[in-house]
Amino acid sequence: MSGHSTYQPQNKFLQWFEKRLPLGGLIHSSFVVYPVPRNLNYLWTFGGILAFMLGVQIITGIVLAMHYTPHVDLAFKSVEGIMRDVNFGWLLRYLHANGASMFFLAVYIHMFRGIYYGSYKEPREVLWILGVIIYLLMMATGFMGYVLVWGQMSFWAATVITNLFSAIPGVGDAIVTWLWGGFAVGNPTLNRFYSLHYLLPFVIAGVVVLHIWALHVAGQNNPTGIEPKSDKDTVRFTPEATVKDVFFLAVFCIVYAWFVFYIPNFLGHADNYIPANPAVTPAEIVPEWYYLPFYAILRSIPDKLMGVIALFASIVVLAFIPWLDTSRVRSARYRPLFKQFFWLWVIACIGLGWLGSKQPEGIYVIMSRIFTVYYFAFFLIVMPLLGIFEKTKPLPNSISESVLGAKA
Amino acid sequence: MSVLKRTVFAFTLAGAVVALVLPATAEEQVPPPRLKWSFAGPLGRYDQGQLQRGFKVYKEVCAVCHSMSMLSFRNLAEPGGPGFSEAQAAAVASDAKIQDLDDKGAPTERPGRLADYFPSPFPNELAAAAVHGVAPPDMSTLAKARTYQRGFPWFVFDVFTQYQEQGPDYIAALLKGYEKAPQGFQLPPNGHYNRYFPGHNIAMPPPLQDGQVTYDDGAPQTLDQYSQDVSAFLMWAAEPHLVQRKRIGLQVMIFLIVLAGLLYFTKKKVWHNA
Repeated sequence: MSGHSTYQPQNKFLQWFEKRLPLGGLIHSSFVVYPVPRNLNYLWTFGGILAFMLGVQIITGIVLAMHYTPHVDLAFKSVEGIMRDVNFGWLLRYLHANGASMFFLAVYIHMFRGIYYGSYKEPREVLWILGVIIYLLMMATGFMGYVLVWGQMSFWAATVITNLFSAIPGVGDAIVTWLWGGFAVGNPTLNRFYSLHYLLPFVIAGVVVLHIWALHVAGQNNPTGIEPKSDKDTVRFTPEATVKDVFFLAVFCIVYAWFVFYIPNFLGHADNYIPANPAVTPAEIVPEWYYLPFYAILRSIPDKLMGVIALFASIVVLAFIPWLDTSRVRSARYRPLFKQFFWLWVIACIGLGWLGSKQPEGIYVIMSRIFTVYYFAFFLIVMPLLGIFEKTKPLPNSISESVLGAKA
Repeated sequence: MSVLKRTVFAFTLAGAVVALVLPATAEEQVPPPRLKWSFAGPLGRYDQGQLQRGFKVYKEVCAVCHSMSMLSFRNLAEPGGPGFSEAQAAAVASDAKIQDLDDKGAPTERPGRLADYFPSPFPNELAAAAVHGVAPPDMSTLAKARTYQRGFPWFVFDVFTQYQEQGPDYIAALLKGYEKAPQGFQLPPNGHYNRYFPGHNIAMPPPLQDGQVTYDDGAPQTLDQYSQDVSAFLMWAAEPHLVQRKRIGLQVMIFLIVLAGLLYFTKKKVWHNA
């Protein structure tokens, strides 16, 4: 669904170049005349925000890497050196650490939006699965980056998370030793995490290119969930969509700057300002906020292996929802029952996030179990059955009709 | 925008449900009282006089047992800090004895220079632990490494009120928090009862008393004043660029708000004809 490129450069050199590599035409058709549904709301600006955040993380990360030392005796000190002695090092580090949180905040809004409006449905299955892969890569990258600080929480998070693999029957312990590069989390672990933390963002960037490519093949979904039928249903990518994206990006940056400049340690854990000490276990080991729902799922199950399976299943299940959801109507706007189940699921996700930060005891465990069961039931029971039993509302004939109808 | 509203609503509802269902659990840690700090809030900056007094308390009391290995003497004269002149910082440095090697590679001791890091009272953690039972923690990042649980819903409000001074609040309370152990509390030998320390049993004996440190600027020489001054100093030690951060932050905020406003009207104009 690429726009019809009318790109014809006037400049002689550009004409010469375009004949040999039609880069200008590609950019023109993908980012200028590319048609965008005219009824997109601000939730559709988060794709652009995510691309921006990936750029911020890579640029700040590359400069931070110039000042960081991946060694167990020096890592914490070098991070403090960045905070104290590198010119604007504190800014780079706070941008990077809070940037990870903002990246996840944006990706969660992006994912909730995709599920609410049925953006994963035919013909966008591959687009959606590429998104799930990006999300998985983000989780791995974020986790390894957190370890690099080599504070108490870094060290113990690395210990807990790598130990998950020991639940695999038979070969579990061997795998964990292999992951560590030793018999405990130590210098080899830190070094490989550093290497991978530098590598994975570029893998993410590659998958993002595929994600955008797949998006430009299928075209964007929109709040009505019906495809554009005529030129009246769409606007040009530039200037209409770009100016909207850039405006909301600026609003998003206000939130980002609020965290960076005023409450830079709000989302972190105080224990991570204590250098890693294998001999002292912190009172509580808590992952970063964006992993908390999955941590709660893990701990809600008494059996370690089953807990680990549930943890991974809770993410992998996302890749299958294009087929688990049997409804022919995409948008929750026209699915009254789905809408309610969806918001319940959002509450379950947030509830799990809160429970992940609590000690697994008493009522917290029971609540985690209830939310975990609902988390999976939403995908495995609600989605397949609703498509059969739900009475959906009538769809508008076209996007422009729905827009004008709302105005009238 | 109704979706956004719904999201906010869902978040609030989820929080409220959780808060209602759960009885308040008995907190193991007593929340310290909230103090007024000059460096709190969007316009916060360190009070130079307070940092200088805090440094005096640190130097005369804390530094006897605690290291502060990530700070160097030059930091004392850097902008946004206690505001010592370079000569004053050099004088502080020259009072310190630094372990070094002489030209022939033999260990020697020399007076400190601005570029030197604060020397530690013990050669290593084991030596510190051998004297004190537990090694006293390094103080370089202490004010950011200590906190207390704010709990729901307070931690949500903290995002908006910018409450980030949990560390200094806790440290100031701890220094004043020594009490007689209540009846029936099993205090191990060498332990001290502290109201604010998690678990109440702290190895550090009460470090400060009224009148212990002489102030030159007429500030009251009380435990109250000492504990607040030294906590402010520790906050600066942990976050030496806080003043610059908040100053730039304000500029960035104003820039972004104006930019977002202009972009909003640009967007309106562009979409007017769409």
